[in-house]
Amino acid sequence: MHLMEVKQLGVQFQTPDGVVNAVNGIGFTLDRGKTLGIVGESGSGKSQSVLAIMGLLAANGRATGEVLYHGKDLISMPTADLNRIRGNRVAMIFQDPMTSLNPYLTVERQMTEVLEFHKGMSRKEARAKAIQALDAVKMPEAARRIMMYPHEFSGGMRQRVMIAMSLLCEPDVLIADEPTTALDVTVQAQILILMRELQRDFGTAIVMITHDLGVVAGLCDEVMVLYGGQVMEQGNAEAIFYKPSHPYTAGLLAAVPRLEGSDGPMLAIPGAPPNMARLPAGCPFTERCSMALPRCGIVRPVFGTAAHDAHVLRACHLPIEDVTQSLLRLKAEQGVSV
Amino acid sequence: MTGAIQTAAPLLMVRDLRVHFTIRSESPWPWTPTRALKAVDGVSFDLHAGETLGIVGESGCGKSTLARALLNLVPLTDGSVKWHGDEMRGASPQAWQAKRKSVQMIFQDPLASLDPRMTVAQIIGEPLYTHSPELSTTEHNERVLAMMLRVGLTEQQINRYPHEFSGGQCQRIGIARALILKPQVVICDEPVSALDVSIQAQIINLLKELQAEMGLALVFIAHDLAVVKHISQRVMVMYLGRAMEVASKHALYDTPRHPYTQALLSAIPVPDPRLERAKTLQLLQGDLPSPINQPSGCVFRTRCPKAVAQCAQGVPPLRQLTGQTLSACVFD
Amino acid sequence: MNSIIEQLPHLVSPPRSLWSDARRRFLRNKAAIVSLGVLALVCLACMIGPWVLPHAFDSADWESMSAAPSFTNSHFWGTDDAGRDLLVRCLIGGRVSLTVGLLATLSSVTLGIVWGATAGFVGGKVDAFMMRIVDMMYAIPYLLIAILLVTILGREFYLVVITITVFSWMDMARVVRGQTLSLRSMEYVEAARAIGVSTPRIIFRHIVPNLLGVVVIYTTVTVPGVILTESVLSFLGLGIQEPMTSWGVLIQDGAKTMEATPWILLFPAGLLSITLYCFNYIGDGLRDALDPKER
Repeated sequence: MHLMEVKQLGVQFQTPDGVVNAVNGIGFTLDRGKTLGIVGESGSGKSQSVLAIMGLLAANGRATGEVLYHGKDLISMPTADLNRIRGNRVAMIFQDPMTSLNPYLTVERQMTEVLEFHKGMSRKEARAKAIQALDAVKMPEAARRIMMYPHEFSGGMRQRVMIAMSLLCEPDVLIADEPTTALDVTVQAQILILMRELQRDFGTAIVMITHDLGVVAGLCDEVMVLYGGQVMEQGNAEAIFYKPSHPYTAGLLAAVPRLEGSDGPMLAIPGAPPNMARLPAGCPFTERCSMALPRCGIVRPVFGTAAHDAHVLRACHLPIEDVTQSLLRLKAEQGVSV
Repeated sequence: MTGAIQTAAPLLMVRDLRVHFTIRSESPWPWTPTRALKAVDGVSFDLHAGETLGIVGESGCGKSTLARALLNLVPLTDGSVKWHGDEMRGASPQAWQAKRKSVQMIFQDPLASLDPRMTVAQIIGEPLYTHSPELSTTEHNERVLAMMLRVGLTEQQINRYPHEFSGGQCQRIGIARALILKPQVVICDEPVSALDVSIQAQIINLLKELQAEMGLALVFIAHDLAVVKHISQRVMVMYLGRAMEVASKHALYDTPRHPYTQALLSAIPVPDPRLERAKTLQLLQGDLPSPINQPSGCVFRTRCPKAVAQCAQGVPPLRQLTGQTLSACVFD
Repeated sequence: MNSIIEQLPHLVSPPRSLWSDARRRFLRNKAAIVSLGVLALVCLACMIGPWVLPHAFDSADWESMSAAPSFTNSHFWGTDDAGRDLLVRCLIGGRVSLTVGLLATLSSVTLGIVWGATAGFVGGKVDAFMMRIVDMMYAIPYLLIAILLVTILGREFYLVVITITVFSWMDMARVVRGQTLSLRSMEYVEAARAIGVSTPRIIFRHIVPNLLGVVVIYTTVTVPGVILTESVLSFLGLGIQEPMTSWGVLIQDGAKTMEATPWILLFPAGLLSITLYCFNYIGDGLRDALDPKER
């Protein structure tokens, strides 16, 4: 049995403009020691999907589908049971280290709170364990700094505190929602290496949400590409990066500015991120897809195994050869070097 | 001294620019000395017509403050800033007003830099209204519309409000506003950092087209080295208010000389699984020092993998190494 | 690709300004709409009523003194102890209270905006000095000063307005100053400075329009306060002179004979309460409608 299995996850929000399908039919499996990267831009639904898994949706949001953790569905679980799993077996770290720590409590109090609640430890025991956890994330002078307040730490240090907090109970699954986006690139490199080491040492499965393809390339075994709340392509990292089979993935990989790029224009995906309140009935990427067929906007593509690789799942009406050909043509049109 | 390529007089000459903010001292007693936050501490460079200078650095390096000091949005503490050969430090507001016609700015947050209660037409037309009030309404409107179409907006959007646009479109409005006066220099303060990846390429391509078309010189400030590489000819790497390395694009990216540049380049995640996992990282230890209590000597020495005792004595000057590379490191 | 866009017209929406968004949200707030209607009714009645009704507000009806409300003798709300029709007096009193309320609010709002925007935008020592004056004004007990002014200068209509204004502008000044301070560091103000827009134009084109939301909300909060202050002054005998009346005066009269002729107190007090409730609900509705987080 898989550690975590998500089936047909959907998130709807009741807004004054009507019902918004922020997430529409996501599924994945997670095993011990594996990393899944969820990639998408703004409005893709990547954050909402993991908030749904953790039961942290806003009041007007509703999750559908199944999230099976060791066979038990988290979505339909009563809050009391969910509380025993959240923070304990399934932990989460958030994007903004400034706002995800309580500014009025010392780091020590925030960390011992977790251990007292989940493991029933005494304050003294919890503090010792917390200091251990801070050592594990390579925080210098952990015993002294644990008594400080969050605002006394820098961004990178705060994120280490968050990682330490999430690992206190040695969870099976760690969900990281854009953990390094708000950090400098040199600090990001430190944090990513730290996460890799911790995963190796503790065997935690990681779900990493990001818009940065470079981060995914370095850390993740499996990749899921989201657009407009739906999965465009999903599979093994090497397959996705080296043989993208969806126009969006291909376009995204080509549009990322790279260090070894040339001086010509960059490949741009025309248009703007989707208005989630008004998605077309078919594929959400239709409006911006340069290879769109007339039926792309009307009929939602079936999400299934790709023809060229049994480990890749994609949702596109276009056959793969057409995708690669069209990409070359697009590059030629925009004057971008291949 | 500047590693400049051209011999024509530079549009902008900056020498030893310093921007220090006085901070209230920790204790309230009146005799405790005030402390200074050294946001920019001795930066020098030249900018010639038609070229793009990229300025990169992480948070706290002073690049945004530098941008604002160049336009007098933040007062200069020391040093010299010469636009078209005229010394602007201590210049009168009228002198600055005359200069602003040829030097404009694009901001980082696309939506926040537009007044939410003004329509697109009013926003784009404001510089025109300020500097050329004598234009007839027809002419004014024509120029506004022409600029809108040039940046990729449509005529139907002319009376809409900023919150009705996406981030990329808002940035296009910002670009139109900056270019309507046909300036010679545009200072771009992280113009694509807040945009999605698929939109970044659109905006960068647009900037490059407009630069070629209008003969603009750009000062392109960013924290993303890969983005800077696509648009700049020369790049300056800043750390804690000082320039660590200034080089032509190819020199900087192919053979970085300063340890900070090397660390920065190796830290950038590459969207290629095999390359990314195989690369050797030059990790920087520790955190950014406080700009109030800066390390003595070379400010980078607290995190530098190559630091020696000599680094704490005296600030290493920015020295010319090969043709167009300058580096501020004792090892060069 | 263009043809795809043409086939999906529902993706394009009509333009919406921030004010029309706010209006839409306000109209959805039932309590605020009902209050607006009731308030309009009260204002209309106060303006037109006295001309329509058969009695004058100062004519005494010797046959029915302190008469109870009835339909038979055309004194729908009864009469007071001097035989004057209560309904007409309430409506006339409403005119005075609402006018004083409006005038005093307008002047205190104007003074507050000018004071606050200047202090906020100029900053530094000027700001500190101006705000200390505000603090001092808060510290002065307004009732004592009101008594002083009225004793020395008499009970004229304009004096009542001035007295109330002098003690009601500080809230607006503080709020406007706070807003100006935060608006001053907005990126679009910085952009305007980078373009070279002159300072007065920045204040009028960029800062004031973005203040208006807060100003409108605080105005609807000021009005009931002002009306109440006027009523308190009148209740203490410092407000409007006889035979002109206001709700405060009527309430004072009614309080004297509360046990015997309760209607003389209840009707004006009821009107005052309803008006204050309406302003509060409208204020709430405006605050929710103009909340920037809802954009």
